[in-house]
Amino acid sequence: MSKIEVKKFNLYYSDFHALKDIDINIEENRVTAMIGPSGCGKSSLLRSINRINDMVEGACTSGRICISGQNIYDEKVDVGFLRKNVGMVFQRPNPFPISIYENVAFGLKVNRIASNKNVIDGVVEKSLKAVLLWDDIKDKLRKSALSLTLEQQQRLCIARVLAVAPNIILLDEPCSALDPVATVKVEELIIQLKDKYTIVIVTHNMQQAARVSHDTAFMLLGKLIEFDKTEKIFTNPSKKETSDYVTGRFG
Amino acid sequence: MRHFDIEMSDLQNRLIDMAKLVQEMIKAASQELVKHDPKQLNIVSCLEKEVNIQEIVIDDKCLKLIALNQPVGADLRFITSAMKINSDLERMGDEAVNISKMALNLVEYAGVKTLTADIFRMVDDVQNMVIDCIKAFNTSDSKLALSLFAKDDEVDLLRDKVIDDLKNLMLKSSDINTIEKAVDLMFIAKSIERFGDHATNIGEDIIFMIHGKDVRHPKACSAGKSLT
Repeated sequence: MSKIEVKKFNLYYSDFHALKDIDINIEENRVTAMIGPSGCGKSSLLRSINRINDMVEGACTSGRICISGQNIYDEKVDVGFLRKNVGMVFQRPNPFPISIYENVAFGLKVNRIASNKNVIDGVVEKSLKAVLLWDDIKDKLRKSALSLTLEQQQRLCIARVLAVAPNIILLDEPCSALDPVATVKVEELIIQLKDKYTIVIVTHNMQQAARVSHDTAFMLLGKLIEFDKTEKIFTNPSKKETSDYVTGRFG
Repeated sequence: MRHFDIEMSDLQNRLIDMAKLVQEMIKAASQELVKHDPKQLNIVSCLEKEVNIQEIVIDDKCLKLIALNQPVGADLRFITSAMKINSDLERMGDEAVNISKMALNLVEYAGVKTLTADIFRMVDDVQNMVIDCIKAFNTSDSKLALSLFAKDDEVDLLRDKVIDDLKNLMLKSSDINTIEKAVDLMFIAKSIERFGDHATNIGEDIIFMIHGKDVRHPKACSAGKSLT
């Protein structure tokens, strides 16, 4: 069953036509990778799934993006609720300059999901366990999040997203600031999280897309060129443009 | 041209050169049969050493190309096919040596000509198959690669006929020498038929390399798919 259905979706940044008639169905509890050269529109599409692009001046859209059947561009949609349901992790780890505990509890408090300390404690522990960080930092929860390593900071950012119980996690090049060892750990985490969440990842690293994703979308110049099972895209893509890109002949 | 493309082109050229060496080996082994020339065994043995060296060099090159470049798509298919073609070519070389050694026993046997007409036809057919293999690989010609399957069936039929004829000859003959030579010819026919099998394997690899389509064992494949 499709969790995210994108239909005839167009995005403009003022005069610039960034996404052109995108049609894609992203399935539930799977990892979907978006690849393509810089400026192809993959991050724009990702940012359209939780309407972060709304904040860009001059951005306007046409077409639909439906999550669990509901068009997220419908006037009645509560954008705050949408972003709680569709969490996002960015390229560089961006923990708030507060304690580790407060970082994870932040979404719960802001969204008024919980106020009871015991409940918040429970969610913080569960979220940090889900990103395999709990054992390392359970004794220093009151320390600044900025004292963590980059990899731990990125895990913390993912835990912060998980705390508000989203259904979908968007990852915008989540490992580009990490070293290879930290990258492997985050990739393993992504694979584990897919059982509970629908994950969409934008990456420039094609080996990463091949390693972690079930499906891969290749985009070029604002268009979706090919969307298929990852193994097909990396062994025998249908389109020449995809083949040229994955084999490094352009891009 | 990217460094990777230069390396891939080198791999292709090495395989073509190796296939030509194997072609030479088959030719020399068949000369031994046709012209009863024992010197050909030396030529086949020398060529085999070169083919064995090339097998190791090509395998090493493929392994490094994968490890250092993480190829995908058509490049990955090309390299994995190259490794399999490499192995088939080396096995063809081994078969040529087998033929050459057994043909040596037939050099002094005058009656060989009457028994070998169909074997010579088999040799011609497999030589043409090897030529087609090289051409199909070099030009990415999947139709030519596909045509190898039917040619292999013809070689199989000829092999069956040769074996039947030799069996009949042995049943009727009381001459130990004739029976001994007939057994040698049976092994030779079997080795020539294996050339056809290896050429067919290479044809399958070429089709996979071009289209990403696995055409091996179609019955087993469809049964496997129905299980998944």
